[in-house]
Parts: sequence; C-alpha cells; structure tokens
Amino acid sequence: MQMKLNINGALHEVDAEPETPLLWILRDNLGLTGTKYGCGIAQCGACTVHVDGQPTKSCVFPVSSAVGRRITTIEGLSRGGRPHPVQVAWREIGVPQCGYCQSGQIMAAAALLAQRPNPTDQEINAAMAGNLCRCGTYLRIKRGVRRASELMRNE
Amino acid sequence: MHAPTLTRRAFIQTSIAAGGGLLLGFHIPRAFAASVAGQPWTTPAGGVEINAWLTIDTAGVVTIRVPHTEMGQGALTSVAMMIAEELNVDWSRIQTVFADPNRHLRNNNEYKVMSTHGSQLVRLQHPHIMQAGASARERLKEAAARAWGVKRSAIEAKLGTLTAGNRKGTYAEFATAAAQITLDEEPPIKKPGEWWLLGKPMQRLDVPPKTDGTAAFAIDTRLPAMVYAAVRCCPVPWGKLKSFDFAAVKNRPGVIAAIELKAVPGRDQTSDMQNGVAVVADTWYRAKTALDAMPIEWDFGPDGAASSASQYEKARRLLDQEGEVSYSTGENALEIIARSRRVITAEYHRPYETHARMEPINATVSVTDDRVDVWSPTQDQTVALRLAADQAGRDPKDVYVHTVFLGGGFGGGGGGNTAVTRQATEISRQLRRPVKVIWSREEDIAQDKQRPPNTTRFSAALGENGLPIAWFSRSVWFTHNATPRVGGAFADYAIGNMPYKVPNRRHERHTARTHVPTATHRAPGANQHGFMTESFVDEVALAGGWDPLEWRIEMTRGLEDWQLVLETLKEKSGFRTDLPRGRGMGVAAVESHGTIAAACATVSVTPRGALTVEKVVVVVDSGHVINPHAATEQCEGSVCWELSHAWVGGLELKEGRFVNTNFDSYPLLRLDQMPEVEVHFALSGGSKWGGLGEPAGPPVPPAVANAIYFATGKRIRSTPFKHHDLSWGEALTRRS
Repeated sequence: MQMKLNINGALHEVDAEPETPLLWILRDNLGLTGTKYGCGIAQCGACTVHVDGQPTKSCVFPVSSAVGRRITTIEGLSRGGRPHPVQVAWREIGVPQCGYCQSGQIMAAAALLAQRPNPTDQEINAAMAGNLCRCGTYLRIKRGVRRASELMRNE
Repeated sequence: MHAPTLTRRAFIQTSIAAGGGLLLGFHIPRAFAASVAGQPWTTPAGGVEINAWLTIDTAGVVTIRVPHTEMGQGALTSVAMMIAEELNVDWSRIQTVFADPNRHLRNNNEYKVMSTHGSQLVRLQHPHIMQAGASARERLKEAAARAWGVKRSAIEAKLGTLTAGNRKGTYAEFATAAAQITLDEEPPIKKPGEWWLLGKPMQRLDVPPKTDGTAAFAIDTRLPAMVYAAVRCCPVPWGKLKSFDFAAVKNRPGVIAAIELKAVPGRDQTSDMQNGVAVVADTWYRAKTALDAMPIEWDFGPDGAASSASQYEKARRLLDQEGEVSYSTGENALEIIARSRRVITAEYHRPYETHARMEPINATVSVTDDRVDVWSPTQDQTVALRLAADQAGRDPKDVYVHTVFLGGGFGGGGGGNTAVTRQATEISRQLRRPVKVIWSREEDIAQDKQRPPNTTRFSAALGENGLPIAWFSRSVWFTHNATPRVGGAFADYAIGNMPYKVPNRRHERHTARTHVPTATHRAPGANQHGFMTESFVDEVALAGGWDPLEWRIEMTRGLEDWQLVLETLKEKSGFRTDLPRGRGMGVAAVESHGTIAAACATVSVTPRGALTVEKVVVVVDSGHVINPHAATEQCEGSVCWELSHAWVGGLELKEGRFVNTNFDSYPLLRLDQMPEVEVHFALSGGSKWGGLGEPAGPPVPPAVANAIYFATGKRIRSTPFKHHDLSWGEALTRRS
C-alpha cells in the first residue's frame, strides 16, 4: 500500500503493508535510524517518537495510523538548527552512556515538558518509567528533565 | 587475555600514512558519526601519522585512534585523555576515531589489546597508551631540537607548542619531521603527581552524537543492496532443526530466501553458532514476520527436559558431597564447625541472568570476492574478525571489522560476538549480498550466553568474642563446560578471596554442566558471590552480637585499603541499625577487578511488603581515577545493573528453554525504582590501579538484602527479591 507520511516536516512516500510498525518504516524504508528497536512490544520505549506531539511507541504503531498525522523523530527534534532544551540538558549533564535508549528517553522527556513545563518528581517518574535504560542513567535522566525545564523557562 | 607487556621498541618504528585508521577505501555509512570528537569537530582524515595511535594535521588538530570499543564506559575519552596528558595538547584540539582492527592484525597486534573487557582499559593498559603519547611528544621535541640546533632537553612541549628560549613552533610544523625520527630510547610515562589533565572530570566525547540520533550503532548500518535477516535457533540450545517449510512463506512480499544455520562449537565447548534457520527479506520486519509464520520443527534432544528446578535439585545433592577444595587456611574448618556449639549455617542461591543489552544482538556482514566487512556490537573486534574469516573461509587479513558504538556491553563479548557474526557471514556468503541480521528481543534472551546460576552453602563457628573462628563454604555453579571458569568469571570469586581474617577457612566447589551457553556478565563471579558472602557475613556478625559494619572493620584490621574504604563508608553513609521498623540500612563490601567497593543501602518496606530502595552510598578504592566524571557514571550504572537482577530479574529454565521472553517477563529496573546514588572515591593511590566499569555493582544486592533484614526481620537468601514476601505483620519477631 502506498502511503504519504509527514515526518519531521517533510512528506515521504512509502510502500508497505499497512500493519507494519512505524518504527521499521522509519528505520528500514526511510533510513531514519535514530529511532531504535528494543523489544517490539512497547515495553522499553527505545522507539519513542511523537505523533501529533504525543509520545508514541512506534514499534507497535501501525504505519497506516500515521497517515495524516505529524510525526517527529529524534532527527527532527532540534528547532531551526538549535538543539532542543532536552538535548542541551542531556549534553550538559552527560546523560547517555551506551546511548542506545537515549533517543527514546529524549523524545519522552520532550513530550513531557511540552505538556508539563515544570513537572513534579512524580510526573517525571510517571512519564519516564516506560523507557528502559540498561546502563542505569536514570538519575541523570531525572536531572536532565529538571535542567531542561529550567532552560525552557529561561528561553 | 593477559596484561600487555610494555616493550619500548614498539613505538620506535614509524611511517607516514595518508589517511586515518578507519578509511579503508570502502563505503562506511556515517563513519564520521562514530568518530566523535571534542570541539571543534573536523574531519578525522588526513594529518601526519606520528605513530599508530595519533596523527597531527596542519591546523594542529590531533586525531587519536582508539582501539577499544565504546559502550558508554568512556573509552574514547579516557584513551584520548591519556594520550593528551603525555602529548600535552589542548583538549579542544583532540578528536578521536576508532582504530582499524585489520591494521592491528596485519601489523602484528600493533595496538597490543583490541578487546575491551574486565574493566581493564585504564588499570592494565594505561602504560602502553600513555607511552604512545609520550613517544610522540619526545619525537616532536627531537625534530625541533634538530631544526634549532639545541638539545632536546632544552625544549618544552606544552599545549601544542614547542619552545626553546625565544624559539617557538607548533606541533603541526614539526609533525612531518617527527614522524621520521627514531628515538634511541623511549621516554618513561608520567607519574600520577605529574598529571595536568588526568584526574580532572571530563565530559565524555561520545555524548553529543548520542543526543541527536547520529551515533552509529551496528544495528544502524545500511549498505547498498543490503538485505535483512531474522533468525531463530533451537530454543533448547544444541537441539536440532528437523524441518522448516519455506514454501509456506516464500510468496510473502519482500521475502528472498530461507537459509539453514548449522551449529558450530566454539572454544571451551560453548557455541559459536546454534542450529537454526534464517529468513531473508528486503526489510527486517518482513523477514521477521515471515519467520514467525514459517512452520519449524525441532528435535530438542535430551536437554529438552532440563529446568531450573532440576538443576537446583542437582545443586542441593552436590552440596551434600565433598567438592574440590579451592581455598583453605588454618585447620580444617569443617572439623572445627562440627565440634562447635555456636554454629550458623545458611544456603544461598542465584538464578541465571541475561545481558539484555538495549541494542539487540545483531551484525551486518558483506562477503565479496576479495574482502569481508563486518559491523557488529562486539567487545572484541579481533574475535569478530576471526569468526567471520573462519565462516567465510577467508584469510583473516582480508576481513575488515568496523568499530561502531555498542548499545551496551556488559560482558559475554558484547552483542556481536560469536553466533550472530557467523550467522551474518554465512548468509552473506551464500547470497553474495550484504546482510543485516537482527535477533528479535525474544531471540536475544533465548540465545544470549547467560550468567551461570549458583548455589552456595555456608557455615561458620563463633568464638568467645562472637567473631568467627572457622568458616566453610561449598558452591555449585553450572556452566556450559563444567569448569570453574567462564572467561574472566571464577566460581570462587568473592568467596575464595574474601578479605576477612578468619583463622580457619575452607572453600569447596562443584562445577556442573548445563546445556545453556554461559558467559561473563558485568563483574563476573563477584556479582553472584558478593551477594552470598556479604549477606552471610551479616548473619554471622549479628549472631555474634556485632554491628555488621564494625564486624567488617574488625575483620579487615591490617588491610589498609579495606580499612580506608570501610571507614569512609561509615563516615559518609551514617550507617545505623536502629531505624524504626519498616526502614533499614545495610552494608556490604566486595573486591573485583582490583577495586574494593563498599555500599550502604537504605530501604523502606511497607507492612504489606512493598520495597523502596531509597538510597545507595558507594565508596570505591580503585587506587587512581583518571576521569572522575565517567568513573562516577560507571558506579551509578553498576548500582542499577546489580539492583536490577537482584530485585526484579532472574531467568527461569523450563523444558530446556527460558520461560522469560521479553521485558514483560524479564523486567529490568525502571526509572521510578532507581535509588538515589552517592559515589565517593577513597583512593589508596600508589601502585594500585583498579577497574571501575563493574566493581560498584556486587556490593549492592547484599547491602539491600541486609537493609531489608533490618527493616523487616526477614533474611533474603535468594534473588530476585520480588519473589519474597517482605511483609512484616505484628506477629513477626523483630530480629534475632
């Protein structure tokens, strides 16, 4: 099936089975490999992208459901060449270790801050608990979210 | 692998190379993304090669070639720091690339060690890495000395500038001349007191590309005409493939082929590849769904009946039999215990665990007429090279392994060793196309090489002062080769080398075979036995009327580094045993990779048994620390790693295979479960160089279990903690 997708502000045409998870369309069809495969069952969050601004686990999100929606991936998170405040905070604190889960962590954090610019610890826990990190960078992720919130307030 | 011998002749030979180590005349997708650098970022190509480790370009930018793999532990940064320290260049003028494993092989192991394991990069390899920088510096000085007609000793090399009196020049100006200079004698490396860069907290160089999706992992490799493969091997290791019905799926869109994979035994009877089948398609999702739909029949063989329960029963039978004595001191501890009246006995168990790196196991291989190219998340590029050469039937000199970022390492060779590299090589060999093999998460958990299970029985006899006079332990651990050693993992680690000065000690071990391929797992050996020994220590201390931390301090008198670590823990943690019911603190200390790590955990447990690990204070003595920032991160990560297994992990074997299939049935610690972590370095310095990638993990599970005891009165003797009822009703008696 031919489908038109709006990804990071650009239109892409893909030909795939409609039930194919968006993750694999991004990675294999479009070469947007910043979004990662971790589990395929929405348990780890490595594949998190934004669909109309909502954090979405793309490994279980059929590509056909993405038609007509606004998709943002890690590659499209920076704004006008300026890194997103979450990315700035992540670099400042040195959040990533192996880095594999971090696209998903950053997308989840950015979505949280878009909705809750000044989240409580409980809100951070709730929003980020769906994203696994095997290196154990959780403490720095929490600090990163708080720091990004601060940066956004000062913008 | 042993520590490399430092031969000073190694850096004397030189050549001028046109390009960097990564540029091989072959299209490498986004190779530059993997070659992270500090600011400013320039292309890693070009420059004059002073030695295999570094080039200097006309602008004075130093490109450092790092032979190790980067899995988040900071290898790119620490190698660059060690060389920059000696070379004496401004940190902003440094960039790093990965060194070329093929060159390493062709030039007789030019980089000495290309494997990254055992927390040994800094502790064992700093001498030859620093010497590469020192050698380059002295040759630059020598070049300037000759040009200016002065003695080399009259020249100062600092931050990229050479100075003698009023003569001044840059490293870049003298790079070409320096590259042709042979030193009569290689310079010694700097001592810790002379450092200007090492010891300072430096942000890791690999962080920026890991925040915008550009960091290139093996799984991200894309080659022209590449196809994708999904594989399934027999869920019971060493079982056989009876049949598969490719006809049932071959007309699905994009499906190209099905290829049978035949088991290849590896070293020490582990597997380099298991029996299975791959389905190849034009996208991985099409390959995977076709594989899922394809009828496959297996012959599980005799191991199809094995289970965790049956192995545990076997372990308990063996615990009643005398084992191989691997440690003993004083009189026979068993005899003393047999005639003592104050005896404590307990049995501990830990199950299989899996690495579950966030990047599922994968490899991309291209076999062509004249060369083989490999991208895999391996911790040892030389192993990947050897396996690909063997499977393709090629001369290893024609195999090129491209080092990429690893989405987690944690031992066992990383996620790209052995089986998957052979699989991808075999498929590409047959199809003559580049192929990317990705193991689904389910395949990753089923076919990874697992951490061995272990069961240990302890007994101790107490003397008049409540301290032990005899200590006996007997362990059973299951490995694929039924030997007490798997890679760097010892059956007795943290038992045999326990530091406590008990006058009469005896440790016996049994090693039993499991059909499950086993491998090292971050802090191997220490990660299991640390929990057992250090929990039993608390049992013994409390039975003898001792405060657990004072007991440890008392029992390590005369061991200065242990005293330093334990006294620091006492000071920093505020350890106490009198918290109100439902809260508790626990301590533990374990040595591994030459580093002593102690932890104090604070927990709270609700009356109904819900556990919160509030805080973990870690104190480590690694002798020296070259990058406190990365070292702290490694300690934080190690806490998470071991807490994950101890609290929520555990694999269960049933009918020869694991019942855990994905993160729903093999949970990992999540952000909302992560305790606050405080890391302190109590460094004894001197000749001690300990590792930091792993040691902070092992003391965490026992510290938490000991804290749970103080909170609830319940002694936890097996993991995961989630399987224990931690509720503490009114009827329960508090403590013993």
